[in-house]
Amino acid sequence: MKRKSESIRNKLLPVLTFCLILLIWWGLSVSGVIPGYMLPSPADVIRAFVRDFPNLMQHAWVSLEEALIGLVAGTLLAFGLACAMDRFESLEKAFMPLLVVTQTIPTIAIAPLLVLWMGFGVAPKITLVIVTTFFPIAVGLLDGFKSADPDSVNLLLSMNADRWQIFWVVKFPAALPYFFSGLRISASYAVVGAVISEWLGGFEGLGVYMTRVRKAYAFDKMFAVIFLIIIVSLLLMRLVTLLRAVSMPWLRARPAHEKKGE
Amino acid sequence: MALLRTENISIAFDGRQILRDISVSLEEGELVSLLGLSGSGKSTLLNIISGLLPPDAGRVFLEEEEITGRPGHVSYMLQKDLLLEHKRIIDNVCLPLTLRGTKRRQAHREAGQYFDQFGLSGTERLYPAQLSGGMRQRAALLRTYLSSRKIVLLDEPFSALDMITKGQMHEWYLDVMHRVHLTTLLITHDVNEAILLSDRVCLLTGSPGEIRHVIRIEAPWDQRKDFELTPEFLSYKQQIMGLLRS
Repeated sequence: MKRKSESIRNKLLPVLTFCLILLIWWGLSVSGVIPGYMLPSPADVIRAFVRDFPNLMQHAWVSLEEALIGLVAGTLLAFGLACAMDRFESLEKAFMPLLVVTQTIPTIAIAPLLVLWMGFGVAPKITLVIVTTFFPIAVGLLDGFKSADPDSVNLLLSMNADRWQIFWVVKFPAALPYFFSGLRISASYAVVGAVISEWLGGFEGLGVYMTRVRKAYAFDKMFAVIFLIIIVSLLLMRLVTLLRAVSMPWLRARPAHEKKGE
Repeated sequence: MALLRTENISIAFDGRQILRDISVSLEEGELVSLLGLSGSGKSTLLNIISGLLPPDAGRVFLEEEEITGRPGHVSYMLQKDLLLEHKRIIDNVCLPLTLRGTKRRQAHREAGQYFDQFGLSGTERLYPAQLSGGMRQRAALLRTYLSSRKIVLLDEPFSALDMITKGQMHEWYLDVMHRVHLTTLLITHDVNEAILLSDRVCLLTGSPGEIRHVIRIEAPWDQRKDFELTPEFLSYKQQIMGLLRS
């Protein structure tokens, strides 16, 4: 019983914090401490969200599509890269510093360049998402491959296993938890990456919508789209968590005392 | 004819001699233990016999066929059971078969018939995390057995278990070993374990490690259960402790 009430409390606490912030925000805008044209009240934001819902959804789909395609491509790229770097240590030595450098380039700076090179279509958006998402996954996978127990590898060698078998039986499963940690971070980057690249040129997407409402000083719509981006990112991260649970069923297996036999 | 035989094995790392002239031979159905203190090169010898490490000098024979530096003939089991957490017990145990290319269903059938004998019935569909330490070691032994049915090398297999479980595992091991006609080379630092389980105890002493003494333990295996409480056991222990100290 005690554990159950504790878990309810743990779930309730963040909700309470969120409500408290909402309440403070509402108080600030309603009391006029901050003028309404600068900070719309939560009610205004909800109204804007509902009124513009079909429009928002249409843009959201475009951004989500870019984010998902970029994330999948980024994951594949990361997987290939991590496998190659794990197989050939010299590749890791040669490319790791370069990869780290790519992560220090400000997204905002290369986004306009990508638009210049690739045009106003979806290509520069997807490219930017790939650039921002592949790194956490690649690093996670590489650490994961290295985390494989050398004694397990030796055991398989003693059974005459080849490199390929060792990879699939020991290294890949060992890397899965690391992979999903990386993927979760990348999923949160993906939507934001797509939106940023839309700011700098394009016809559709949440970033384009954002630019438009900003220019119109429609702050209520601005907040509405910010919340939408948060919701989409959270849903995407939730999807990763589900995927993780489905891919690693052994993590949920609890000791079966009645079957122990000892 | 010896089932497994090593011939004058020597190895050095970074100019330091670890093992010198190690010759052991095991008859079929025998349990021979290599008793040595920590750092006497016991595990190095295990890696050499299993083919993972080529020795500087000397040779290893399995049924008079040379297997020096060739893995895949002799399997081993460590203190760490090395069960793969992501595979169910049946798939863990079948690993040596599936690695060889046996179809999964066929491998399951082949391994399934041993679960009862190894005291593992009912665990087939469980994950390793769901088993106790003793049960995990049983599964690891079955995997080792399916990898090389004639002979297994055990490197301090029971030393991580508590005293009661360890006692149960010793009894269980002697029982299983005679049921499936297993030949065992046991590497241990536990004098009691060595006397209790072995037909012969080889003392690996000195630096570099050499086998200087071999003690034959004369007690039928079906009387080993309470062997530890007999005066004979104590006199063996006294003799071995004396030799280890000198």
